[in-house]
Amino acid sequence: MVQKRTLRSRLGRLPVVHQLRQSVGLQRGMLIAGLVITGVFLFTAAFAPLIAPYGFAQLRGEDGLFGAQQPPSAEHWFGTTVGGYDVLSRVIWGAQTAFLVIVIAVLLSIFAGILLGLISGYIGGWIDRVLVVIADAVFAFPTLLLAIVAAIVISGGQSNLWGGVMAAAISITVVFIPQYFRVIRAETVRVKSEAFVESARVIGAKTPRIMFRHVFRNSTRTLPLIFTLNSSEAILTLAGLGFLGFGIQPTSAAEWGYDLNKAIADVTSGIWWTSVFPGLAIVLVVLGVTLIGESLNDLADPRLRTRRRAATTPADAVAATQPIAREELGEVV
Amino acid sequence: MTSTEPAVDIRDLQITFDTDGGAVTAVRGVDLVVAPGEVLAIVGESGSGKTVTARSILGLLPETAKVSGAVVLQGENVVTVSRQRLRELRGTAGAMIFQEPSTALNPVFTVGWQLAEGLRSHGEYSRKQAMSHAVEMLRRVGIPEPELRVNDYPHQFSGGQKQRIVIAMALALDASVLIADEPTTALDVTVQAEILDLLRRCRDEFGTAIVLITHNMGVVADLADRVAVMYQGEIVETAPVQQLFSAPHHEYTKKLLAAVPRVELVERPLPDSGEGARDAVVSARGLEIEYPGRLGRKAFLAVRGIDFDIAPGEVLGLVGESGSGKTTIGRAIAGLTPVTGGSLRVLGAEMRGMRERSFRPHRKDLGFVFQDPATSFNPLLTIADCVAEPLVVHGIAASPREARERVDELLDAVQLPNAFGDRFPHELSGGQRQRASLARALALDPKLLIADEPTSALDVSVQARVLELFEELQERFGFASLFITHDLAVVDRVAHRVVVLHHGDVVEAGPTPQVLGSPRDPYTQRLLASLPVPDPAEQAVRREALASLRD
Repeated sequence: MVQKRTLRSRLGRLPVVHQLRQSVGLQRGMLIAGLVITGVFLFTAAFAPLIAPYGFAQLRGEDGLFGAQQPPSAEHWFGTTVGGYDVLSRVIWGAQTAFLVIVIAVLLSIFAGILLGLISGYIGGWIDRVLVVIADAVFAFPTLLLAIVAAIVISGGQSNLWGGVMAAAISITVVFIPQYFRVIRAETVRVKSEAFVESARVIGAKTPRIMFRHVFRNSTRTLPLIFTLNSSEAILTLAGLGFLGFGIQPTSAAEWGYDLNKAIADVTSGIWWTSVFPGLAIVLVVLGVTLIGESLNDLADPRLRTRRRAATTPADAVAATQPIAREELGEVV
Repeated sequence: MTSTEPAVDIRDLQITFDTDGGAVTAVRGVDLVVAPGEVLAIVGESGSGKTVTARSILGLLPETAKVSGAVVLQGENVVTVSRQRLRELRGTAGAMIFQEPSTALNPVFTVGWQLAEGLRSHGEYSRKQAMSHAVEMLRRVGIPEPELRVNDYPHQFSGGQKQRIVIAMALALDASVLIADEPTTALDVTVQAEILDLLRRCRDEFGTAIVLITHNMGVVADLADRVAVMYQGEIVETAPVQQLFSAPHHEYTKKLLAAVPRVELVERPLPDSGEGARDAVVSARGLEIEYPGRLGRKAFLAVRGIDFDIAPGEVLGLVGESGSGKTTIGRAIAGLTPVTGGSLRVLGAEMRGMRERSFRPHRKDLGFVFQDPATSFNPLLTIADCVAEPLVVHGIAASPREARERVDELLDAVQLPNAFGDRFPHELSGGQRQRASLARALALDPKLLIADEPTSALDVSVQARVLELFEELQERFGFASLFITHDLAVVDRVAHRVVVLHHGDVVEAGPTPQVLGSPRDPYTQRLLASLPVPDPAEQAVRREALASLRD
């Protein structure tokens, strides 16, 4: 019984679970919608080989070739592409590629960004100035242009699954490190002047200890938020790269941006299914992740958070007549 | 209008807030009447609902509040009145004076513009008329050369002048009720006395009713006609000011009055240290501390060559108004602010040109208690972890868990239950946190404790407890201490000797009873006379004395 309760309270402290419990009304709706969409995305990515009716590079079934640009039918629910692939299968397999890119990009950038931000913010001085200038310089480049350059440098025109994924992920990382860096640096500068950090200095704690024990955890509260917002940006950058032709070849992995690129010509000839479904997949995943991010943002701010109206149930009435905190009483005595 | 009609009539007011933890009732069934030309003080501790009650008079409550009952202002019920009408009532019927004058004024507009804005939004003045009225109002609240100053921006005024301007804005539309929410808390005592004078003149000359919210019983004694004591959302006692101070009825009122510190001039002999020839713990000679100026500006000299010593086991009170350099000195002793001139020896180490690495071994003999207990703990660590931090840093314990035994001892010493060690800082009240802060400062049994305004963020009753504890611990552990405060009554309670600072200079120093009992320096005299005492009759006498000092 006791264990169960501690488990529950532990669960309640987890980032997203905690906010879900806290939320009400529209904000709760948004958060749940985001969680459901993202959940479906993650599920699809994890079980793509089981869900997808065909492989992503499969051109022929038991009855021979699928045929190009076939309209939706019982065999091909979403039709087939100009290259003769099954659209449904490619949309499902595409989730896996997108997921890989998000995870790698965010993991790479989060560690470098946080470490640099902490050092820059806490130690300050010339290190800080140099890092800020570099971050600003990276910011000045258009994201996609930078990603293209990085993709060319990294994969050198190679386009197998890992080459493509790493190229996309690393190019996104380059763009994201300054974002994490700036957020963590700003928070670190704020936390640095708090009394508890000064108190640690008076005690005689060494700089690394202050940085990691006192500053670090207090300056990473906004991370879940940036994490979700960056994930959606990562998907968009990956799709943009694929759309511009710097993505992954269809035989290496499924990629929504690439499929969209190939579907451009179809649109004018009335073939809608090749572009709508990959496009919808991108929109939905970005929407889902952004909804989570935005709700977390609103819930993290007490001024934006909506609360339950004061209800007039008997239990509340009792709570209302009971003094809130008896601790002050103890102070008086 | 007949004069018998009350300016404000509050009947059975109940206010509930929606919070994350469910509904919280801040005010439960309050009845209050304020007569015209009367100063009603609402006193109580933080969280007692005094501010919420007062703000409800102008309908200034956040959206999460649910109000029931009636608040009648000039014959209209503010609770049910329309938004449009409420806006018209604000300013003309009732006006508000805020605690922090520097945030109540918009920094990008001139004060004249802001005064005129209030007048013009109620639509009775042309631009020119509004401006001349603004100048007139500034003159009435005692701003010198109002014709010129009306075009100045808020940052060009001092804190006291800003509060005067806020009062001028409140008076501009002849409001019949002024709501003053802790109007002097953010100000120095000498300025506080002037603002209280001004408020008294508002009542006498304009016949304005004033609802004064404060936790300072001295201010109450100085200004109020009638007092309402609030406790946990209820009014426990209402009485004329004389009666309340001389014969309080309610148990809580008695406790509150007993907790107010007074200057009593107790002789406090220095603890005998055995051999008198022991070196001073802190010794400053010609100490200068300079803050570097911004580009193109001169550096600011916060401390101008002062001398003082702290003997082992001695509590030295450092008193001064804001900007006097008292906190800077405390920080310099702890090595948080560099010393730029003269000499400062702390625990035998010279602080001028000090290197952190060489001073670190001395840090275990140094404790620091910060002003604001809310921010001085890492919010993500438990109290036990925070208190164990010095032990871990100096290698006495390998981990917070190993230090737990010593932590429990320390919590016992500051009279906190051991179970509190497992709580997080936000789960403790302000006073409890400040006691935990003392425990942390004492963890290594330091020779020197620096306490930077340790009680100024606390309620009076809590302050009394913390001071009592401080005295007790000082006697038991025998540490030397630098006690920084702006409150002379607090210094009187704890310090053996006092140093009075003014603009970075020492104006007077000596044993506490001597400095506070027969001050020689005019500044110290003024400081003492400005301190309102919690006794209306005595305060009236002191007020006269202060007026004669000023002339």
